[in-house]
Amino acid sequence: MSDFMKVSSNPHIRSKMGTSGIMLCVVVALLPAAGFGIYNFGIGALVTILVTVAAAVLTEYLFEKVCKKKVTIGDYSAVVTGLLLALNLPVSAPWWIGVVGAVFAILVVKMLFGGLGQNFMNPALGARCFLLISFTSIMTNFDCDAYTGATPLADLKNGMDVNILDMVIGRTAGTIGETSMIAIVVGACFLILMGIIDLRIPGSYIVSFVIFITVFGGHGLDWAYISAHLAGGGLMLGAFFMATDYVTRPVTKNGQYLFGILLGILTGIFRLFGPSAEGVSYAIILGNLLVPLIEKITLPKAFGKGGEKA
Amino acid sequence: MNRAGERLVNGIIRENPTFVLTLGMCPTLAVTTSAVNGLGMGLTTMVVLALSNVFISLLRHVIPDKVRIPAFIVIIASFVTVAQLLLQGFIPFLYDALGIYIPLIVVNCIILGRAEAYAYKNPVIPSLFDGIGMGLGFSVALTCIGAVRELLGAGEIFGIRVMPESYVPVSIFIMAPGAFFVLALLTAIQNKVRINGERRGKDMSKIQSGCSSDCMNCADAGCAHRLYDEKADSASAGKKAEPEEITIEEIKEDEDND
Repeated sequence: MSDFMKVSSNPHIRSKMGTSGIMLCVVVALLPAAGFGIYNFGIGALVTILVTVAAAVLTEYLFEKVCKKKVTIGDYSAVVTGLLLALNLPVSAPWWIGVVGAVFAILVVKMLFGGLGQNFMNPALGARCFLLISFTSIMTNFDCDAYTGATPLADLKNGMDVNILDMVIGRTAGTIGETSMIAIVVGACFLILMGIIDLRIPGSYIVSFVIFITVFGGHGLDWAYISAHLAGGGLMLGAFFMATDYVTRPVTKNGQYLFGILLGILTGIFRLFGPSAEGVSYAIILGNLLVPLIEKITLPKAFGKGGEKA
Repeated sequence: MNRAGERLVNGIIRENPTFVLTLGMCPTLAVTTSAVNGLGMGLTTMVVLALSNVFISLLRHVIPDKVRIPAFIVIIASFVTVAQLLLQGFIPFLYDALGIYIPLIVVNCIILGRAEAYAYKNPVIPSLFDGIGMGLGFSVALTCIGAVRELLGAGEIFGIRVMPESYVPVSIFIMAPGAFFVLALLTAIQNKVRINGERRGKDMSKIQSGCSSDCMNCADAGCAHRLYDEKADSASAGKKAEPEEITIEEIKEDEDND
């Protein structure tokens, strides 16, 4: 009887896969992007990834020990946060950038608000924006052994030609995990096949972004320009791995479409009219903050209410 | 403790305007980019607060109740103008650093709040010390926030380098978000100290928002910490106490007695 009467928050449909299973799948799905980053940028990328993940897990463990709470590092969510954060760092960043970012992500964005499920903002993105504001010169320095010069998005903003094939494969400057569109899409397909994410948010995000830059980009329906915008920067990583974060996305179906459209428009505004070339992180954390409002206006009507008046 | 001293302690610790009452957040968040700016803002506010408290207390029998807020604003604005001209004349670097936030002291809710809550009802000397105490509390809070932000955001305190050369400044701390981080952190430490004190059995109950510890003039008749008994007062004055509704506690007490 007590099981029957149990009232819990969503999701109500139970499956055998718990939080740790889902998080492990996300880690696996991120491995192609991480692997390509290591191949592309060298062993330094591996060091950054390992240090950041370790710092994230250790922060969560220590916080829960100090506060005498249940240790929850077994759900691998800290691993995902650390990995996502590392993939958002440039390879030239010193190791302590990853540590500072991981501590901020876990401690401030996640644990202080109550841990997994309570954070109002994607921890990895919150930390990335914190680092971007605090250490702007380090976070936007994409020079490394393999590449020098600006990212393709910065070139695009300055009106230079870019090699789209290189951008799709990932042979460009950028953060560790964002360069290869192919690797990210392979990981995303795995998540979609496993039923962990669906195409509602990424689909509406990408479609609305394409429409926005077609209308306001000044190039019209120029497929080369549009595909350069799609393949360059963190759009793919953000759309498939960060915007779909269970905790910080809307739970309603219509809300998810609305969320995706909002992210597309915000990203377009930041990229086209903002001072910097990239705007995916700010768009997603701004969208995260609007999630409660989105859920409020897209709440489905209860059965029997709101029908046609006789 | 005499009343003046009590007012000082109240302003600095028990009712610290920033950490306990969370009043005056606009200057707190905006000007504390360095310890010097925080201290300058705090002391300027303290001077204005003390002087306006004195004048409002002096004029408390003259000012009609209905127009008291405009009257307070006129008095406060006069002192702010004086302070602004003095700063511009004698400490120009602080005047430049604080900028628009000096004239905005007029609408600082601590000053208007103390005028309304204390100076308008109390004699001159306690009002003066209330203003000084509150101003000192504000200065201490702003200097603390400014020092932490300057330390993390620039590696310096009062312009003196304290961090090693290899320290990379976390520049978010001298921007707007850093003010929120540091304010939240310091308030959390303050709360932690209070909770620990309560665990050790100290009476920290007075450290709470809005309690002026002045139960005689307090409107909150339902306060659990109320020391002043109105019923006893009315009984001693020979008035008949009005019949009261029987509350649940009283019923319980009756049952216990049975």
